[in-house]
Amino acid sequence: MRYLPLTDVDRRDMLARIGAKSVDELFRDVPPSARLGAKVAGLPDHQGELEVERAFQAFAAKNVSPAAAPFFIGAGAYRHHVPATVDYMIQRGEFLTSYTPYQPEITQGTLQYLFEFQTQVTLLTGMEVANASMYDGSTGAAEAVLMANRVTRRHKALISGGLHPHYRGVIQTAARWEGFDAKVGKPDVEGLEDLIASIDKETSCVVVQNPSFFGHVRDFAKLAEACHAAGALLIVVVTEVVSLGLIKPPGEMGADIVVCEGQSIGNGLGFGGPYVGLFATREKYMRQMPGRLVGETVDADGKRGFVLTLSTREQHIRREKATSNICTNAGLCALAFTVHLTLLGEAGFRRLAELNHAKASQLADLLAAVPGVTMLNQSFFNEFTVRLPKPAAPVVEALAAKRILGGLPVSRLIPDDPSVANLLLLAATETATEVGMAPLVAGLKEVL
Amino acid sequence: MVQSLDRSQGRAGGISVGSSDAPTFTGNKALQIEEPLIFEMGQPGRCAVDLPEPPKVKDRLNGLRRAGEVGLPGLSEPQVVQHYTRLSQKNYAIDMGVYPLGSCTMKHNPRINEKVARLAGIGDLHPLQPISTVQGALELIDSLAHWLKTLTGMPAVAMSPAAGAHGEMCGMMAIAAALEAKGERAKRRIVLAPESAHGTNPATAAALGFTVKPIPANERGRVDLAALKSALGPEVAAIMLTNPNTCGLFESEIIEISKAVHEAGAYFYCDGANFNAIVGRVRPGDLGVDCMHINLHKTFSTPHGGGGPGAGPVVLSAALAPYAPYPWIVKQGDAWTVAEDGAKVDGKPLGRLKAFHGQMGMFTRALAYIMSHGADGLKQAAEDAVLSANYVMAALKDVMTPAFEGPCMHEALFDDSFLKDTGVSTLDFAKAMIDEGYHPMTMYFPLVVHGAMLIEPTESQAKEDLDLFIAAMRSLTERAKSGTAAEDFKAAPRYSPRRRLDETLAARKPILRWRPSNSPPGGDPMRQAAE
Amino acid sequence: MADVKYTNEHEWIRVDGDVGTIGITNYAQEQLGDVVFVDVPQVGRRVAKGESIAVVESVKAASDIFAPVSGEIVEANGALTDSPGDVNAEPMGKGWFFKIRLSNKSELAGLMDEAAYNTFVKGLG
Repeated sequence: MRYLPLTDVDRRDMLARIGAKSVDELFRDVPPSARLGAKVAGLPDHQGELEVERAFQAFAAKNVSPAAAPFFIGAGAYRHHVPATVDYMIQRGEFLTSYTPYQPEITQGTLQYLFEFQTQVTLLTGMEVANASMYDGSTGAAEAVLMANRVTRRHKALISGGLHPHYRGVIQTAARWEGFDAKVGKPDVEGLEDLIASIDKETSCVVVQNPSFFGHVRDFAKLAEACHAAGALLIVVVTEVVSLGLIKPPGEMGADIVVCEGQSIGNGLGFGGPYVGLFATREKYMRQMPGRLVGETVDADGKRGFVLTLSTREQHIRREKATSNICTNAGLCALAFTVHLTLLGEAGFRRLAELNHAKASQLADLLAAVPGVTMLNQSFFNEFTVRLPKPAAPVVEALAAKRILGGLPVSRLIPDDPSVANLLLLAATETATEVGMAPLVAGLKEVL
Repeated sequence: MVQSLDRSQGRAGGISVGSSDAPTFTGNKALQIEEPLIFEMGQPGRCAVDLPEPPKVKDRLNGLRRAGEVGLPGLSEPQVVQHYTRLSQKNYAIDMGVYPLGSCTMKHNPRINEKVARLAGIGDLHPLQPISTVQGALELIDSLAHWLKTLTGMPAVAMSPAAGAHGEMCGMMAIAAALEAKGERAKRRIVLAPESAHGTNPATAAALGFTVKPIPANERGRVDLAALKSALGPEVAAIMLTNPNTCGLFESEIIEISKAVHEAGAYFYCDGANFNAIVGRVRPGDLGVDCMHINLHKTFSTPHGGGGPGAGPVVLSAALAPYAPYPWIVKQGDAWTVAEDGAKVDGKPLGRLKAFHGQMGMFTRALAYIMSHGADGLKQAAEDAVLSANYVMAALKDVMTPAFEGPCMHEALFDDSFLKDTGVSTLDFAKAMIDEGYHPMTMYFPLVVHGAMLIEPTESQAKEDLDLFIAAMRSLTERAKSGTAAEDFKAAPRYSPRRRLDETLAARKPILRWRPSNSPPGGDPMRQAAE
Repeated sequence: MADVKYTNEHEWIRVDGDVGTIGITNYAQEQLGDVVFVDVPQVGRRVAKGESIAVVESVKAASDIFAPVSGEIVEANGALTDSPGDVNAEPMGKGWFFKIRLSNKSELAGLMDEAAYNTFVKGLG
């Protein structure tokens, strides 16, 4: 077997050195009733690469790739073009097959790119300090609420109706089992929600999303003031990180914690994962941050170097008193993010954001001409909500039958709520083209 | 540059030895390049991406257009490639050789996994496409689920946790949900875990409101069954055990343990980090486990990627299966569907742990690995892993000190008694291994063994490479025991891209990001070195 | 010279009138290694004997500090924010953590004197 270097001769010699007659002797602590005779039944034997590739091509053939159809789905995961360089860098064995940098002398590559990544995250979000990434935006949002609870010593979180329903679900699950309250607002379809009146002296945090799940772009400066007056923290979630190239960042609005989904940069859609969570906060809350942190220092020769730091917050030292149980970051996904963002640079990142907004604007204008379609957004970045004259889910199915991936019916993520049944969420990134928009418009006209 | 704190007490980072190397103009040493930060390399006007001019449109941003610069540096594509290539050359990796990091299972990461993960129609799917357009993706996930259930002998699996610790959270939440369904959540507040447990175990239990009580080990390094039985009672919700345990030993009384736990009305969470030792030979379901997370990035070869991403699906017993979190991937007739939040399923999902469906990229890679090995290959891999660890143990036990008697499983645990009175600590020994061209083994874990050294060779090393590793370890041991080498060890490593780093300074004066004021005037550390 | 008492968690308390100054012992700072951060309690906080009241972090460990006596926090050592290393340099002196106004002086009777503490430490091996 190609992954196993030991030959039968090797195995014999090794057993002799150990002083065992067979490898079964090494498993003698396994209770006899639990010993499997031969191998596990009901599973096929080993295969060569050709067969394995065929099997996966068979899986792939049963899917419709976004590359093969007009594509307008967003809802927390965005189709962007990732430059070819990114994949070649992350595929280098020294990055792909290395581990957490616990021995910093021989992992400066990882540590330095994470330090650069942390810096980039602070710049994008307008915040003071950031960690070396979380699993994704949704788990990062839950960790932000837990952090706010720790900092304020309160346990009531206010969750905006504009937060992505999956993110809301993750926070609610944490609330249910980890013992705090999460009060959730009605879906904020119009983008007019006002949470200020709901803040009181028991509120630990308010969690909003910008642009919201429905696409609205809002200014949270007043909300931030109201939070701080009550001793609560403002958490702002950003599910489309490219929007930070064009929209005022949460740090400049007074956010205390910013959580982003970084997938849009460097990481393809991947059917939902692995993604990369960005987590940033103010310097005064630094020691309350979950996840890994990379810090600058010097080595024994006085040269600048980087290390994992403030690890005493983490589970391997604090155990039951840790700030979180998290042990990994998003590693290679963070590398992909930082390489892509470095390729873009200031000029490229801003231009990418402008392109996204322009494409969405174009799409919005085209849809304005479709009878029955009502645009609900005064503001948006690259995604907006339209109201159709009939339920959106069957419309999307009908479009799919025409090989058009025409957005997300909101009812998929907010089921059992008749008020959103006719809503369709549409995104247009720099990958959308006029050639692609035309079939969507025509398809909608036909189906509606 | 960074201000140096007073280190007159000499605690920080070992001894600074004057470099005997001839200095170079650049500060570089042949292939080892001193690499600045991107912020020290950028120039306005440089960009590594060619994007078309955006058409002029009216802003629909609610007046919130970003003013001022983001502050990102501009680099060209060649510079970007050079920067990351040079950084990569400062990393040790599995691709370079023996990586004996105990409990991490640093096995070979096959490249076919990478290829299939990138296939069009797999790597580029949106998670919320209409279900009819992603039937192949759902079938793929279910195939992996089938393998995991069959290999573990468990009836159900929750696929969405993003990493091992996340899987622990899932399993313990399922236990909390099961207790709540029985009206026992308030009564059963205690979770038992050995002191040798990985720190995530008590951290997870505490986060869910449980009080963690330790279970002692016996002199054989295994759970003390009598002590466990007396600790069990009506207030105990669960035990959290790793099997094989963190000392690399199979819990021989595991069946009595699970029986006692179930009789006391509690649940058995198994940390599956060490599954590589037994996959294909033992099914955790046969041992009485109620839930077990599986680290796809350990046992099933998905790449460690410098610390992530991972995946931690959790196999569940019949008692816990109803509480698996959304989404559930369900077959309806010939077609697959995804049951999402609020959907009717045959159970009471505990909620949602993560947006979308799970770490699809890791599912693809793990499934490719599993199909490549097959049932016969997986069993052989486990046997080779255990054989290799025992071989290393047998070849070193006369000069180093094994923590426990008898055969180990897939990892060999030593303590630091063999270094007594040498002036060389476990840490010093590890740093000397770096100069020999090896990543050190896991140090100081598990906590129950003094100066622990946990060596896990995995099944991926050729015998010749193991022999060289063993010889190097023997040589280091001999030098340490000579009693005259302590200073040498404390000065290690010498040949790595950086010598020992001042972790005290990093923690006392945390600098967690670049700022313009961090850089020396002129911005280029290489130029500074030359001046 | 004010009387110094010790706990078996390696804290010391030096009482002057009804105010006690509290820190960790030389043994404790040696075990911890380089101290990087001390989380001191807020002035005004009321604590009970045995309550977890502060955290001292080194590079490799984080230890809880427990109140050796009950009372009210009247002062915290702000200098430790900039020089946590004071705890290593002078654990019984400038490395003090906080001062407490005792609410129940009889609690001091249960603590060890210097001789008893030294014996205790020797026994730890």
